Amino acid sequence: MEPFTTIKSIVTPLDKVNVDTDQIIPKQFLKLIQKTGFGQYLFYDWRYEGGVPRKDFVLNDLRYKNSKILLVRDNFGCGSSREHAAWALSDFGFRAIISTSFADIFYNNCFKNGILPIKVNEQVLCKLFENESEIEINLGKQTIKNENIDVSFYIEPHWKKVLLEGLDDIALTLKHDDEILKYENAQRNSRIRVS
Amino acid sequence: MNITEKILAKASGKNNVTPDDVIFANVDKAMVHDVSGPGVIAVFEKLKKTGMKIEKLWDPEKVWVTEDHFVPAADKISAQNVILLTQFAKDYGIRKHFKYGMGQYGICHTLSHEEAMVLPGEVYVGGDSHTNTTGALGAFAAGLGHTDMAYVLLNGKIWFKVPETMFFKLNGKLPDYVMAKDLILKIIGDIGTDGAAYKTMQFGGNGISEMSVEERLTLTNMTTEAGAKSGIIEPDQKIRDYLAQRGATNYNEVHGDPDAQYSKVYEYDASELEPIVAKPFSPENVTVARELSSTPLDKAYIGSCTGAKLEDLRAAAKILKGRTVKIRTEVLPAAISIFRKAMDEGIVKIFMDAGAMVGPPTCGACCGAHMGVLAKDEVCISTTNRNFPGRMGHVESKTYLASPLVAAASAITGKITDPRDLK
Repeated sequence: MEPFTTIKSIVTPLDKVNVDTDQIIPKQFLKLIQKTGFGQYLFYDWRYEGGVPRKDFVLNDLRYKNSKILLVRDNFGCGSSREHAAWALSDFGFRAIISTSFADIFYNNCFKNGILPIKVNEQVLCKLFENESEIEINLGKQTIKNENIDVSFYIEPHWKKVLLEGLDDIALTLKHDDEILKYENAQRNSRIRVS
Repeated sequence: MNITEKILAKASGKNNVTPDDVIFANVDKAMVHDVSGPGVIAVFEKLKKTGMKIEKLWDPEKVWVTEDHFVPAADKISAQNVILLTQFAKDYGIRKHFKYGMGQYGICHTLSHEEAMVLPGEVYVGGDSHTNTTGALGAFAAGLGHTDMAYVLLNGKIWFKVPETMFFKLNGKLPDYVMAKDLILKIIGDIGTDGAAYKTMQFGGNGISEMSVEERLTLTNMTTEAGAKSGIIEPDQKIRDYLAQRGATNYNEVHGDPDAQYSKVYEYDASELEPIVAKPFSPENVTVARELSSTPLDKAYIGSCTGAKLEDLRAAAKILKGRTVKIRTEVLPAAISIFRKAMDEGIVKIFMDAGAMVGPPTCGACCGAHMGVLAKDEVCISTTNRNFPGRMGHVESKTYLASPLVAAASAITGKITDPRDLK
């Protein structure tokens, strides 16, 4: 997996709450077993009607054609545990998703597929929805920036490491088991001490 | 420590854990089905391409496989996936493979308890979000994605952040015509679909002690719909009896300490509960069934791991006995063993006499796979667990979630009906 450092891109605003994994990748595509090629089916039922792209759906808006960042509202990725949802988002080209909250299994699946899910507060999310220009996400510094916005975000330390080093591979993360554990708990303890 | 913390401490070789600790837990049981199995195979294939040798699993005796989502094979690709899964089980020496049409088979979460595949005190993970179901037996049970499942199958362990526990206390026995489904819908309505995100939902109190094992399983099953990492109930004599009937007596129960901590305690008075329905398009969108009594329906679906256990079928049969359905009604028992018991008890005959369809055990239309999916604008009342847009078929179909009693009563009248109002 390509290491994740900084990305700069226009944001695709998908103004919906509780988007479940069946919206992200509808059930009929779960039967396909390859790990790639799911991008064409991403948000299929919203994106197409009778096989024709729906003009009113944001992914069909040319302004967002090369966007790498998806902006969504609360509880994104709820429902089924299907990892095809993360596969589809990644295959489509998204490297980061910004929301106030994510469903647990989906959140973990993102990291396994090189996607950075970022949790921000409601206020920041609204500001991002209002903002039409490019933003820059810096994972090392844990910041989201452009001329109007400058906020930091939290990410669990081992997930940061996994993405920064492109360690999505089980074979690699295996070697880091003990390290991850020590690192995570040390970070946690140090956080408790400062706060 | 509470029960969840104690199970996770034991599984990670620690004396003590607290919420937010990150631990590597040894896994006791792992399950994949005909969607997550091929998903894991895809991950394995990718790993093999990088030069990694995958010759054996951590312990094939602790892994079991089911076919439930797209079986009986819904189409050519589903049929191919079943072959793929069968070959996978064979290649890696997984002996516990519940093949549809060969002995015992059905929905994975139902088999987990029906076949006592998981025991109290164990750590159980499955490639399905409703793996939480099995927590009603007193196990830590959680769903994982395909990559995590692949990791477990190779290593027999997985990391968890110890979740904090929300405790739901039920005071008193549920009144007639009110089921566990009504309670859990009420709870989800109160806390929201992300109200328990990365938390454990534990159920207790004398109302839970009164509740049957199958009803408890409905509660833990739907913790997923509140975003919970897991759902759990401390084991008691009912669990011991239930497991003993299935030949399982050798296990180590875990119970919370008297000073166990919970992040929040919610109390529900059973006598105040009523039949509840979740309206489209979210399980949190709840109201009492009586408020929706003018809602016309196209069909009723009594199926899934949530709502087609033997007691669910008995409840539906109690309503349908001697009556005739007014809308299409589909009944799909959650496992073939349940189908057989329903047949032996005369329940299947009641369904047929009422005019309903009785089908094979499968996830079927619950996940919109097959066996009765919904068309555009079709409206269904269902004993299943989710009603997101398109869950059971067309993205513009509508699903109302309810108990088997409400679904059966609605099947009789053709509109949403509180079973207490059935004449």
